[in-house]
Amino acid sequence: MLKQIEGSRGMAEGIALCRPEVICAYPITPQTHIVEGLGEMVRSGDLKKCEFINVESEFAALSVAIGASAAGARAYTATASQGLLFMAEAVYNASGLGLPIVMTLGNRAIGAPINIWNDHSDAMSMRDAGWMQLFAETNQEALDLHIQAFRLAEELSMPVMVCVDGFILTHAVERIDIPEQAEVDAFLPPYDPVQVVDPREPISIGAMVGPDAFTEVRWFQHYKQNLALRLLPELASEFKERFGRESGGLLRTYRADDAELLVVAMGSVNGTIKDTIDEMRADGIRIGLVTLVSYRPFPAEALRNALAGAKHVVVVDRDIAIGMGGQLANNLDLALRNLAGAPQVHSVVAGLGGRPITRKSLHRVFRQAIAESWEGPHFLDLNEVIIGREIHRMRKTRRSGPTAENILRRLGEAVATPGVERGRSL
Amino acid sequence: MARVICKPYFKLGTVAMFQVRIHGRGGQGVVTAAELLSVAAFLEGEHAQAFPSFGSERTGAPVVSFCRIDDKEIRLREPILEPDGLIVQDPTLFKAIDVLQGLRPNGYLLVNTNKTLDELNLADVASTLPKGHALAVPASELAMKHVGRPLPNAALLGAFAALTGIVHLQSVATAIRQAFSGKVAEANVAAATAAYDAGVSAH
Repeated sequence: MLKQIEGSRGMAEGIALCRPEVICAYPITPQTHIVEGLGEMVRSGDLKKCEFINVESEFAALSVAIGASAAGARAYTATASQGLLFMAEAVYNASGLGLPIVMTLGNRAIGAPINIWNDHSDAMSMRDAGWMQLFAETNQEALDLHIQAFRLAEELSMPVMVCVDGFILTHAVERIDIPEQAEVDAFLPPYDPVQVVDPREPISIGAMVGPDAFTEVRWFQHYKQNLALRLLPELASEFKERFGRESGGLLRTYRADDAELLVVAMGSVNGTIKDTIDEMRADGIRIGLVTLVSYRPFPAEALRNALAGAKHVVVVDRDIAIGMGGQLANNLDLALRNLAGAPQVHSVVAGLGGRPITRKSLHRVFRQAIAESWEGPHFLDLNEVIIGREIHRMRKTRRSGPTAENILRRLGEAVATPGVERGRSL
Repeated sequence: MARVICKPYFKLGTVAMFQVRIHGRGGQGVVTAAELLSVAAFLEGEHAQAFPSFGSERTGAPVVSFCRIDDKEIRLREPILEPDGLIVQDPTLFKAIDVLQGLRPNGYLLVNTNKTLDELNLADVASTLPKGHALAVPASELAMKHVGRPLPNAALLGAFAALTGIVHLQSVATAIRQAFSGKVAEANVAAATAAYDAGVSAH
């Protein structure tokens, strides 16, 4: 059924259709509306046979989900930003124990300085924690990915993070097709666990493993993610058959067939990039897009195949590995390793802490990649005047003070709201 | 649904998109207004995308929300930099920020005020727009009369329907009734209808 609703509310309705049995919730912006919506559905009886547990922290949220999942329940939680960091130890535990928990991440920057707005730093902080990570382009895909995520998680007995751009998607009101319960039931069978903690048949999970077996345990985690590389396209194709929509999979391409320049990106920015590509195509530039859905497992082979014919690849990262560069760009080098005639890779770091990524800026940077390339990460829309002044001041004064506050002072108070920068664009 | 207005020419690839930016202050229902407008457009079979400018939702602080309307899927996720329609819920904002920034030459301007556009020093701006594209409506007064609280958002959507024809009043009313219930819904529908009538008679 088509509805015009907030992304978070749409996701909540989709998650409810997956019949979770335990939902652990601790509020943190921007994922709060999702678990609020689920909480209302549990209380009203619309979501039956589900325990909604308010916990005291994110660490507890995932720990309770781990316990519930180990006891054989379909478990769900959601978090963002500092909340994910606070549950970090449990994040590794969930995957190390092989528990098929599904967690929504309302992608948000990580402090300090404190920032509630969107980027992918939180997802990146846990990219190597053994969870599968799927990125949604739209709110429709965000809903759809949750349905696929439970199936994927449970088939492999491994946890899945569904990454949804905070605010940009979670707080946007748009058209979402909410599936029927019977359709979801047909796609997602009841949870049949591979391991259950049961007092009648006691087993132990998570005992100490020494050097004699630890490598093999890790190998199995890696093996399962490799299995997911095959499973994800199968699930996407079955999903399309049943629901009539393209959602999920490893990656999607857009106007890529004859492209000299291919853009690679994850999440909601893909929509803006598509509009930019249409405009540049109209100007005769052979540009296309690879939308990466699955960041973990990392589909190196599929990416290599998608990128092989291009001359230039621009990777738009919504994150920065400080001291290194864009994380997706760095991972992408792996896909092109040992490829004869590999395209030139250009790294763009954009949209940090909620800075809007505009068509205007994308036009400029895509054209620049062809005409006048650069080394290392290019920070999109970096305010070079402010940076220059601050560097000059820091060189002159030993006690130059806190960088963030100094920059804010220079910008003036109007900078507190992204997109409303005094004297610049709105 | 056939739109009453001529669709504005949108150069950047997407031809028919209509973009609305709403300015107000925290507590005036700025975010709700964009959502209601998107629902009204959805009810008429359009694609619509409403989103707030995030984070500054303190009572009294300047707040911006956005709504895009198109007859095909909306992929764009940048803030609305060049609106086709501008709704100003609080005229004191003209002194605080550049509310008019990016308003397209053939755009629409709707201001909540019990003064005239001349009295707000907006006559020059109005004269740069096509005739009949700028409108002042006492939405807070109408809200006080019908709703009993100075929440101008629903009334302004009624006036916006009259000004632009981008959505019908009936769809605005349905959107209000879906978001609210009982007396609150009916009072806001009454305010929207009164503002719509004021908008129609101003033409």
